[in-house]
Amino acid sequence: MRTVRVVGVVVLLWGAALSLAQESKIGNLTGHAKSGKALYRRYCITCHGSHGDGVGENAPYLDPKPRDFTRATFKCRSTPSGSLPTDSDLFDAISRGIFNSAMPPWRPLTREERADLVAYIKTFSPRFQEEKPAAPLQIPPEPPSSSESVQRGAELFQNMNCWSCHGKEGRGNGPSAHNLTDSKGNPIVPFDLTSGMHLKCGDSSQGIFRDLMTGLDGTPMPSFSDAMTPDQAWDLVHFIEWLQSANRGKGFWAKLASKGD
Amino acid sequence: MPVFPEIFGWRFLFESAETNWLDMRQYWFHLAILGGLAACLATEGKLRMGVAAPMPNPPGATVKGTVKFKGTVPKPSRIDMSADAKCVQARPGGGLTEEIVADGGGLQNVIVYVSQGLGDAKFDPPKEPAVIDQKGCMYQPHVVTLRANQELKVVNSDNTTHNIHPIPNNNRELNQSQPPGVPFSMTFAREEIAIPVNCNIHPWMHSYIAVFKHPYFAVTGKAGGFEIPNLPPGTYTITAWHEKLGSSFQKITVGESETKTLEFVFKAQPGF
Repeated sequence: MRTVRVVGVVVLLWGAALSLAQESKIGNLTGHAKSGKALYRRYCITCHGSHGDGVGENAPYLDPKPRDFTRATFKCRSTPSGSLPTDSDLFDAISRGIFNSAMPPWRPLTREERADLVAYIKTFSPRFQEEKPAAPLQIPPEPPSSSESVQRGAELFQNMNCWSCHGKEGRGNGPSAHNLTDSKGNPIVPFDLTSGMHLKCGDSSQGIFRDLMTGLDGTPMPSFSDAMTPDQAWDLVHFIEWLQSANRGKGFWAKLASKGD
Repeated sequence: MPVFPEIFGWRFLFESAETNWLDMRQYWFHLAILGGLAACLATEGKLRMGVAAPMPNPPGATVKGTVKFKGTVPKPSRIDMSADAKCVQARPGGGLTEEIVADGGGLQNVIVYVSQGLGDAKFDPPKEPAVIDQKGCMYQPHVVTLRANQELKVVNSDNTTHNIHPIPNNNRELNQSQPPGVPFSMTFAREEIAIPVNCNIHPWMHSYIAVFKHPYFAVTGKAGGFEIPNLPPGTYTITAWHEKLGSSFQKITVGESETKTLEFVFKAQPGF
């Protein structure tokens, strides 16, 4: 009697979990894994592989390597370090693409198609059935940038040891930069904040704030959610933006262009 | 008319002429449901009791012994901490690498644990937290053992910012920055031996966290000695794990309050 009851409950829960995991919700958009599978096999499989483990046909020739979906570890998230991303996080990553990598923006696909892909990507790891993403980060309104705020940000850049990897001048050449690896053991370089290149997870102030507070999971970039107050994080955002603007037109491409003249 | 047992006063309702809304079939139906529920509860109670007492605690057996290192002990190298002046301040001259520590033939930092033989027995994690300290820009202890879902308290005794970055295969990965004096805790839900831990800011900092679902494990000390007490009588596989030298196992059978001695030997490997 008890066995029958337990089996019944397990089957019901399993069914419910499975049907939920086969879907994605982005706003009022619902994606379905079944449709996503066809799209995945058409557009994603060559890099991310048929099992979603990031070892597709093209993977050996790419750096950074394609994401391994079976680990369910994602760089661009609105959720705390260690948590699953929300469906919207995955949707945004597909829509935006990952700058400085082979992952393009997939805006040519319709919103519905991108939502379907999110649903399918979530079937590669059992974690999406077992866990729920933690509550997304609340981003408070940005205080106006000022020279004082930039100054405070510069001090935090020093005290938080950002320079260990990103370098004293933010050029990505700190003392610990040369032997960094991602969590799969592949070499990885810290971002050159003076390069003028796009940031991986988006360039907005809110985007940088989010990257600082959630960290880029699977990489050496930690979360500072326990280390900084939101006000301090905004100061650091302003310093990073100052680094970017102060070096505008001084990067590699600008130098190359001026040599050509 | 048969005499009905009283349930929640229903007999009264049934027998009085005014309450004809509750007919006989419904009465039996309710009785059957209540009976079924009672049966379920009874069996569940029995099963629960079975789970609650999986093995008698005292008198337990003890497995103890030593882990030995055979061959030339590689010389530890001195760590260059000059990248962070605060680390040099905290540990003048730098520290020594802790990959293979073997004084007098006993191998230190080996995790010895029961890898098979406990069946499906469940153990609640202890309430007090395990602790890992970042002191002098090194991890203390070098190998941390704790239980699944036990709190791991991360302490930063240094004057510099660290980031603690466990890279598990079977647990969730997280990476948290930790300035001086900010407490932080984490837990691991599943057994994993062992999770490498790095500080990316100070790339020489390495540690290992071993997560167990049972309490039968030990880490070898200075002379390579270990002791696993309170083991219920039975046949077990005892495994010894070292971060660089791999693992080896032995089968052992222990009776009530018996003490058995094991010896593990790790050989020097080329490259160390």
